[in-house]
Amino acid sequence: MAYKRQIDRLPIPPANAKVHNVTCHYCIVGCGYKAYTWPRNQQGTTESNAFGLDLAEQQPADGTWLAPSMYNMVKQDGKDVHLAVVPDHDCVVNSGLASIRGGRMAENRPSKVTGTQQQRLSDPLVWRNGVWQPTSWDDALDLVARVTAKIVDEYGEDELLVSMFDHGGSAGGYENTWGTGKLYFDSIKVKNCRIHNRPSYMSEVHSSRDMGVDELNYSYSDYEVTDTIVIVGANPLETQTNLFLNHMVPGMRNGARFIMVDPRRSVTVNAAEEVAGKENVLHLAINPGTDMVLFNALLTQAVDNGWTDADYIAGNSFQGGEAVAMGTGQPSGLGSLDYAMQSCRTSAAEAAEICGVAEADIVKAAEWIAKPKDDGTRRKCVTGYEKGIIWGNDNYRTIGAVVNLSLATGNIGREGTGCCRLGGHQEGYYRPSDAHVGRPAVYFDQHLIKGGGKVYHVWACDHYKTTLNAAQFKRVMKRRADMVKDAMDAAATGTREEMVDAIVSAVNAGGLFVVDMDIIHTQIGANAHVILPACESNEMNLTSMNGERRLRLSERYMDPFGNSKPDCLIAAGMAHNMERVLREMGNDAYADQFKGYDWETEEDAFMDGYNQGNPEVTYERLRAMGNNGVQEPVTGYEDGKLVGTPRLYTDGVFTRHGREDGKALFCAAGWRGWQAAGKAQEEANHEFWINNVRANIFWQNQFLDQDNDFIQDRFPYPFIEMNADDMARLGIGAGDLIEITNNNGATQGMAYPTDTAKPGQVAMVFGSPAGSQGNVVNPGVNELNLPDYKHTWGNIRKLANATPQAKAVSFKSKEYKA
Amino acid sequence: MKCNRLVDAGRRQFLRGGIVGAAGAAAATVFPAQQASAAGALAQVDYPSNRLANLADLAINEPMDIEYPDADSPGVLLKLGEAVEGGAGPDGDIVAYSVLCPHKGWYLTYNGEDRSLNCPGHFSRFDAEAGGQQIWGHATQNLPQFTLRVDDKGDIFAEGCSDLIFGRPSNVL
Repeated sequence: MAYKRQIDRLPIPPANAKVHNVTCHYCIVGCGYKAYTWPRNQQGTTESNAFGLDLAEQQPADGTWLAPSMYNMVKQDGKDVHLAVVPDHDCVVNSGLASIRGGRMAENRPSKVTGTQQQRLSDPLVWRNGVWQPTSWDDALDLVARVTAKIVDEYGEDELLVSMFDHGGSAGGYENTWGTGKLYFDSIKVKNCRIHNRPSYMSEVHSSRDMGVDELNYSYSDYEVTDTIVIVGANPLETQTNLFLNHMVPGMRNGARFIMVDPRRSVTVNAAEEVAGKENVLHLAINPGTDMVLFNALLTQAVDNGWTDADYIAGNSFQGGEAVAMGTGQPSGLGSLDYAMQSCRTSAAEAAEICGVAEADIVKAAEWIAKPKDDGTRRKCVTGYEKGIIWGNDNYRTIGAVVNLSLATGNIGREGTGCCRLGGHQEGYYRPSDAHVGRPAVYFDQHLIKGGGKVYHVWACDHYKTTLNAAQFKRVMKRRADMVKDAMDAAATGTREEMVDAIVSAVNAGGLFVVDMDIIHTQIGANAHVILPACESNEMNLTSMNGERRLRLSERYMDPFGNSKPDCLIAAGMAHNMERVLREMGNDAYADQFKGYDWETEEDAFMDGYNQGNPEVTYERLRAMGNNGVQEPVTGYEDGKLVGTPRLYTDGVFTRHGREDGKALFCAAGWRGWQAAGKAQEEANHEFWINNVRANIFWQNQFLDQDNDFIQDRFPYPFIEMNADDMARLGIGAGDLIEITNNNGATQGMAYPTDTAKPGQVAMVFGSPAGSQGNVVNPGVNELNLPDYKHTWGNIRKLANATPQAKAVSFKSKEYKA
Repeated sequence: MKCNRLVDAGRRQFLRGGIVGAAGAAAATVFPAQQASAAGALAQVDYPSNRLANLADLAINEPMDIEYPDADSPGVLLKLGEAVEGGAGPDGDIVAYSVLCPHKGWYLTYNGEDRSLNCPGHFSRFDAEAGGQQIWGHATQNLPQFTLRVDDKGDIFAEGCSDLIFGRPSNVL
């Protein structure tokens, strides 16, 4: 039986409710919302309310409605207040639409009144007497600083390991990336670090940047006026929901054709067919990992048929053959189109063979993308790509092949064009240079597994759920962290000094002292020794930019839960304590490196970081720009408004690679089969391809959704979409718990019979707390340590019959049926 | 603003086959419109008890257009043919739901083939056999399900609702 909210009436926001600008803190699209707050003892009426509507009447479709998930009661300035967070009709990003994620922002706030999100951390915790004991910030930070300072001072900064988010939204954003970045890249020069979703500290789209093309170069409005939308390894209806509904759908209604490149048929394909008609949708269901071959063939078609944009290529791209040679940290050469074609040239027939799709469909796709119209004008094309190739086979060359096609057909820097990643979180990166990290950066996970590091600071990352080779990572980290826990337990009655000595002895024996900054107890945090509670967007002011570089200030409307703090202020607290402890240790020079964190608020961190590089941008000015904000880069301030840049490279000058000539480079994307180590052998030895997929209902690794009854009722276990014949052959029924195994480890989930799933291919939802897909992903990476999460093979067996929870859920097709 | 256009659209979508008479019966119900404010001191919304149809009016998997708790709130009454959890009637197989999508209020259409309710606006889907559970979609709740009672004459009454209906601050306006 489906989860029933049993709510049949909600408070009405009064006309004098406080109104706050909110950018959804979940996905990269960054939909605009309005948050209304008002005192506990007040309410609006059907005649007089904050919406200015007659609420005694039924509201029409697309009208304003406060759903129960959009309501909560939270603390504001120490008082309980009503909260309503509703989508903003005036925001050009979403025009009043809410996704299943953003529509639950209010109910995913911690509330001691309604009982929501009681998993949120409220106080610093220190491992004492076999458990985590709550304590003060001063006490916890003193221990962190004493251990960290001793290690970096005596053994060097390379002994400090750091995992830190680099994203916007959530608890990221310009304030918090700056706070952490200043600490680890300025006060300290940490080299052994990684980002939340990849086992190294580097870009996910190196090749696009090396070619001169920033990966977020368009405006979402470009989808509305284009001729062809190409989506590669992405599923935007699920993962960038209102980009699809509010921009791609209008584009298709305006006549755009839709090409999807993905081995799996997703709900995005289904919806595109509904909107554009099947005759205007082409799903190239290629063999896994062969995207590069397909795009090389499309480029070859464009070149050989004279469909490239000769003037654009001549004016905007490098003309002298090879510009950058292949080498260490450089997985392919870069240069002119002619140069690249020597590696890329692929016939449609060759591609059809390798990709497993019809040659005629490859030709058709090339025509839809590049063949000029009957009147001779060029077709406009927008290309969007994401994890299917970012976490795919041969990341560098594959993304290079995709960008090649857009460059060759003049589809970057003009209205109705663009070649962009679709994104996961919002962006919000502002840090000191990371040049000291090097290229390729250290493969962090392997470094930790091999015993590297003595102290480990983890900022809002749960690698146990989301990293590759997760089973081994967890085993090793737990063993190393337990050595320190045992030492701390044994030293429990001693002084602080004796405790620090015990910890240092343990890490010198191979242990690892772990400090975890997060908003909840995480799986990796189970092995931490100090846990510091952070707060999120709207519990603090936060600036981020979305997938079209739209910068907004999402305003604080409630207090941080308990004694939690913004990450930037936690970083400042660490710096203060490091300075103090290092001075006590007699190392004044080192202590001085930790000056410059005199921040009272997150706005102080913003002014110390982002504002220094972008002096036009202040909180006050962003607040005035509201939910439509301004598109970066900001170029000025005129007539009381920030002036932005709707689209990059309109002048044909490509800059992301930093070359002075401003010329774009093409990528010599030569096909070499499975690039990452161990993939070919794993494929040969196992029965099923284990695709790693997302679902609109979950935000990332479900860190808040794991405590949301509506969500957990729908999928009590991670779903594994599976072909019915495969299920029958293995004696698996709908909802049965099944286990996936290979040489890397094992994981489990719930079988979801799916009529569009190909035999021998299953699709498991990523990052679930009840079954980490990363357990079975091998450690294979590319030359820049980009992981290939998407290509994993395993065998499947039944673990158990469907539990009562699993039996109660629907197993019908996810595809819309009129 | 009242949106009669949408209400009419909803009627058209569900007026299929021989169920016109039943819709007429629902429209004849008298709604206690003034009771909502009078009952304001109560903790719960006071729902009307509205006769939707008689068992004899229902055919298996033939959706019947209903309105509950008032004429601006369209719904569907279904006899599924197999008992479901929460099903009413002697066979435990009768269910009723709001057909305003709890995402953005578009009218859902019923697909008899897989017994789902589908939103043409943004492609959300709900399972009529699983308590209105959202199969896939953007809504942040499952489909509001009407509480049914069947009397000894076979008359089917709606007397409550599991979730807030789209477009209202209170299920009884």
